[in-house]
Amino acid sequence: MAAKSVIVIGGGIAGMEVSNQLSSLGYEVRLIEKNDQVGGKLLNWDRLFPTFRNAGEVLQRLQQKMDQREVIVDTNAEVTDVVKEKETFFVTVNHSVKYHADALVVATGFELFNAQRKEEYGYGIYDNVITSADLEKLFKSGGKLTNPMGKVPQRIAIVHCVGSRDSKVGNHYCSKVCCVTGVKQAIELQEQIPGVVVYCFYMDLRMYGEGFEELYRRAQEQHNIQFIRGRVSEVSETLDHSIQLKAEDTLAGRPLKMCVDLLVLMVGMEPGKGSVSVKNMLKLGTMDSGFLEPADVHLSRNVSSSKGIFMAGTAISPMSVNDTLENARSAAFEVHHYFQDID
Amino acid sequence: MKNFGFKAIEPRTIDYSQFDDRLLAYLVREEPSFGICLSCGGCTATCSAGNLVDFNIRRLSLHIRSGEIENLAKEIDKCMLCGKCTLVCPRNINLRQVVMLIKKGIVALKENPEIKEL
Amino acid sequence: MNIEGKKAIWNDYQKEIADDRYFYVRSCVRQNFFPGAETTFLRIMREVLGKTVFEHACHTTCTGIGYHSDIVPIETTMTVVARQFSVMNESGFTNLVPSCVTSFGLYTEVLDTWHHFPQVKENVRQHLFNATGRTFEEPSNVAHASDLIYKFRKEILAKAKYRLVDKETGEPLRIVEHIGCHYSKMFPDKGVGGAEFPRVLSGIAEEWGGEVIDYPERRHCCGFGFRQFLVQANRGYSLSASKKKFESMKPFEPDLIITNCPGCPMFLDRWQYTLSELEGKTYGKDGKGIPVFTFEELAGLVLGFDPWDMGLQMHQIDAEPVLNKIGIAYDPEMKYKGLNGKNLGKPEKAIVNG
Repeated sequence: MAAKSVIVIGGGIAGMEVSNQLSSLGYEVRLIEKNDQVGGKLLNWDRLFPTFRNAGEVLQRLQQKMDQREVIVDTNAEVTDVVKEKETFFVTVNHSVKYHADALVVATGFELFNAQRKEEYGYGIYDNVITSADLEKLFKSGGKLTNPMGKVPQRIAIVHCVGSRDSKVGNHYCSKVCCVTGVKQAIELQEQIPGVVVYCFYMDLRMYGEGFEELYRRAQEQHNIQFIRGRVSEVSETLDHSIQLKAEDTLAGRPLKMCVDLLVLMVGMEPGKGSVSVKNMLKLGTMDSGFLEPADVHLSRNVSSSKGIFMAGTAISPMSVNDTLENARSAAFEVHHYFQDID
Repeated sequence: MKNFGFKAIEPRTIDYSQFDDRLLAYLVREEPSFGICLSCGGCTATCSAGNLVDFNIRRLSLHIRSGEIENLAKEIDKCMLCGKCTLVCPRNINLRQVVMLIKKGIVALKENPEIKEL
Repeated sequence: MNIEGKKAIWNDYQKEIADDRYFYVRSCVRQNFFPGAETTFLRIMREVLGKTVFEHACHTTCTGIGYHSDIVPIETTMTVVARQFSVMNESGFTNLVPSCVTSFGLYTEVLDTWHHFPQVKENVRQHLFNATGRTFEEPSNVAHASDLIYKFRKEILAKAKYRLVDKETGEPLRIVEHIGCHYSKMFPDKGVGGAEFPRVLSGIAEEWGGEVIDYPERRHCCGFGFRQFLVQANRGYSLSASKKKFESMKPFEPDLIITNCPGCPMFLDRWQYTLSELEGKTYGKDGKGIPVFTFEELAGLVLGFDPWDMGLQMHQIDAEPVLNKIGIAYDPEMKYKGLNGKNLGKPEKAIVNG
């Protein structure tokens, strides 16, 4: 009997890892990626919490496994139509090429929240306001760390929960990984800019994972990072283009005003553009948050509402890198059990 | 000066551009554990003095962190140095030592108000 | 500053403003403090732009001033608003143009309440009928007077005699804008440009050649607050709000302030005097105050209207520095001569005027 085939939609780290695992289980895997290379959002990330290891190492290892297992990868390929006939899926790519598969894995990932939607933070208007993603690119470039106006910052503010936990933009959920990213970036900034003081403005500090609470303690103990519990409400530019922000120090019960040389917005995760288009094509269920709905959140999180279609990674919900890779491996096994008719 | 029957009010925002951080720098240097407070309030909850008078050690620590040290001398005298706060702290901060250092720091600042560093 | 970012936001907040046939409702206070402002607006709309602007002698206050002072209950206010609509209906108009920003905010708020709570609207219908025998229909368009000037800013520029430019250096005047709170803070989509980066005044000023300065406390309230200002004991609170704005504007060395609410220019103009007397501080160039103009006055100035006909002599802070800078022709002798050359008397010297 011919080996079963799987098409994985989305070549981020979830797509890469699920392809690797399925391949090692003996299935034919085709990975379809709409950009010109695989790797997804991790391509633009510098270092990963909680150990500050290089993101590129993770990508290298995943790529190595894909090469070893001869996963077929199509880049610059966008899924434009899917049709299911009996138990087989017919997938059209770029309106032209047609493939068939016995199962699909949706690994279309997330989109970073567009910080311009929070008008009060002035992203895209005031020069010295950047996002966490912009900062990672800056770290990766390895150049001297200055603010967009070229000044070496003496005081930096990091704003948590931008685009998450916010009714005004319609995202009620927590994006999970931004708090620890804020702490990680605060430490990185303090290590690389002598004399700088970094302030983190948070509503809650969600240090949920392995090593996270220790990172928070280290940030305070060794890097003098100041944590202020209060939401930054408005941001303006002063005469010398530094950023004036207003927040309340809720623990002291008083409003505060501070001028900083650089403002970093911790943007949250939103459902990926690919997720939206694939969900429409495949008629998949979604949660209120817009992320894809699992068949059972505890027992079969990688199984979609539709038979033969599985999901992996941040298409399901915000996740960190290690969570995503574990989730991808679990998705591979769900597909395997589906093929083997194991319940 | 005319009398209009009203005056302008001073803003009550904490202004970080006018930040007297000498006491904070001194405390963090002499007792580094002071820097890892997360304002959980365990200290204030168990405080012997705080249960009887308006003495809030958590809030005082916070005020020092934002440079507000005007009323500190009067407030810090209320501490009985019983040590219950230090017993309870989940971050293992030596709060009794912090209180002693605050007292020392305040005296030094009073004797020499223009001093650049304690 | 990245203007493209702001433009993206302005595009998100465009609003419908009617083309012609406006029903004008006046402000309770604007004509008291700035006597020529509303007359100037009507003159611009009717004579310069050729529009139909109708005022009915029976129209009243919207009672927003009472509502915001906790004197008039909201049900009464809504009934008075309904009566205004009724007067507008019977005059054959459907486009409402309030002169006051608080009024505009109130009409918007009432219409929004009726939209979400139709039962309230029916109750008000009943109240109005019982009290006056009147019926009403909602207006099809509500736009503030400054929205109209914004809409026709290009037409005004075409007929303008002057630009907001320093005639000696050719540099644009440095203008700070102050938008009344009720214009867009409550309903951002009812204001041109939204609440964070309103476009209505900056659009006008830039079109006529000025440079709009973004200062940190741009969004801050001037402090009018009705209940804060009306009681003398609370006035310090109002004063401090304006002071915060002035402190923020000062480093940018603006040439003038442009506003659209009737209360705000009153405050921003008069409080500079109060602060100079109480604390000896001034916020403008050369130790003087920063002149404050309403949008109508500025429109009248660029069109070449006589400053004294517009009532600029009633400003606490002299307008002459700006008039001289632009090169507007005026007769200094006529400043304190009213209609028929009547002597209006001269004010005492003030620190804000040097």
